[in-house]
Amino acid sequence: MTTPGTAKDAAAASVATQEMPPRGFDVQKIREDFPILKQTVYGKPLVYLDNAATAQTPQTVIDAIDRFYLAQCANIHRGIHLLSERSTAEYEETRAKAQRFLGAAETREIVFVRGTTEAINLVANSYGRKHVGAGDEILITAMEHHSNIVPWQMLCEEKGAVLRVAPINDAGEIVIEEFEKLLNRRTRLVSVSHVSNALGTVNPVERMIEMAHGKGVPVMIDGAQAAPHLKINVQKLDCDFYAFSGHKLYGPTGIGILYGKASLLEAMPPYQGGGDMIRTVSFEKTTYNALPYKFEAGTPNIAGTIGLGAAIDYLNQLGLEQAAAYEHELLAYATKKVSQLPGVRIIGTAREKASVLSFVIDGVHPHDAGTILDQQGIAVRAGHHCAMPVMERFGIPATTRASFAFYNTIEEVDALVSGIEKVQEVFS
Amino acid sequence: MSDLGELYQELIVGHSKKPRNFRKIEGADHQAEGYNPLCGDKITVYLKLKDGVVQEIGFQGSGCAISTASASLMTERAKGKTRAEADALFDVFHKLVTEGPAEELDTAQLGKLAVFSGVCEYPARVKCATLAWHTLRAALQGSAEAVSTE
Repeated sequence: MTTPGTAKDAAAASVATQEMPPRGFDVQKIREDFPILKQTVYGKPLVYLDNAATAQTPQTVIDAIDRFYLAQCANIHRGIHLLSERSTAEYEETRAKAQRFLGAAETREIVFVRGTTEAINLVANSYGRKHVGAGDEILITAMEHHSNIVPWQMLCEEKGAVLRVAPINDAGEIVIEEFEKLLNRRTRLVSVSHVSNALGTVNPVERMIEMAHGKGVPVMIDGAQAAPHLKINVQKLDCDFYAFSGHKLYGPTGIGILYGKASLLEAMPPYQGGGDMIRTVSFEKTTYNALPYKFEAGTPNIAGTIGLGAAIDYLNQLGLEQAAAYEHELLAYATKKVSQLPGVRIIGTAREKASVLSFVIDGVHPHDAGTILDQQGIAVRAGHHCAMPVMERFGIPATTRASFAFYNTIEEVDALVSGIEKVQEVFS
Repeated sequence: MSDLGELYQELIVGHSKKPRNFRKIEGADHQAEGYNPLCGDKITVYLKLKDGVVQEIGFQGSGCAISTASASLMTERAKGKTRAEADALFDVFHKLVTEGPAEELDTAQLGKLAVFSGVCEYPARVKCATLAWHTLRAALQGSAEAVSTE
């Protein structure tokens, strides 16, 4: 097999260098920040291209979590001792970091959750159950992840409401005219991904929000794939809810953010009951805490939250826009290279894309491709990507998906291309 | 660590491209559907039994090379077997793909199926290799009446 560093790869890299003018983005230096990337698998250098599933964490995030458990571990909002005060301060500091990261107006609009899935379930259960009734409609799109389908289906089933799905075209782009037509006086909420995890499509969410608001419909944005790759400003977008996960943002698993406009969150009932979300409790009546604590029952993932804070710091220092520009060039290069391979078809060819390259190889099941790539040290995802309706739309059972982060290199893209050639060789 | 060749041996690639007994058995008296929700692999196994012995066997469906080749080789081996024999063969096969080749395994009984020994190194692919077998077992346990609704 071909490994990075061959003459062919060097040639490709030099072509790439011409295509990618230096932008002061030193990827080799950045890779030093991610200890996990240094390892070999099956005796080959790890080429990690499964970032849309989970991104790797820089040393600073690992250190922040270590520091918490080594020197500061204590519960928040209840201890009167020093460690608890420090934990509380750092936990709330992360909230402020997330507020600035999303461009939210106030810290109380930032709710800590387990991840995007929990954020969507929170909105479906709290906002949805209060505002959605029989015959009402929830509008999503045909490119949603299961986590932005199933919570709404469950809500619709309970309430006798209807789930409407805006179609996508063959490139994997939303058919905006159809989306607009589906908005009507029965629509209670729109929930749409900012970036599709299976196709990489960047949705025109600003326009969609404007259309929905024109009909008085609030909009939730699933930002799981967007937050790591696009600069987000929830006030500029004017979305009503926005959610993302820490582990796709180079942070730890089990922590995520739900942003909600204060006016909406204020009027919503709690999602879960327990400690920290209450003001007073008696057996006759309980009064609830103020925002955002009303939605944060029980001891949260404190270490994870602090780790997320460190991840946001890391991205700020790196410069998310600069990183995004580099990723975009990586994706463009990979798209060009992979589309030149005979017998390989890219699924998801939207004009606006981020990070994700999904493809199918003639005569090869994506799972076999995934295993053969894995044996060459290349980690990709193979399957339906928790988006079975998307696979059905394209008439395929699954795809192989490479997804890029700013620490990936041109050489790694070349390794992927050689890897695909090897897959074809096995099945030739 | 095993190399590529150990998993994707010629026999497996060959059977995945040209699966044997890839057809619906008309008048099947037993059949079952198998589905692997993780990867979307689907298979239907059709059987005709006489005096408890597999007379005819076929399968249809879509899946990866491992699951298709496994189904193909399984149909070759299951023909002429009784329920108990097919069950026993699955047990040996299951041990092979989960634990790898061991001395106590009856390799003579496995025959060509031994080609799947590399699967044990890839826990994520065990379900691919066993989907057809689970489906065969379900078909053998199912009654003819369930099939008559077809």
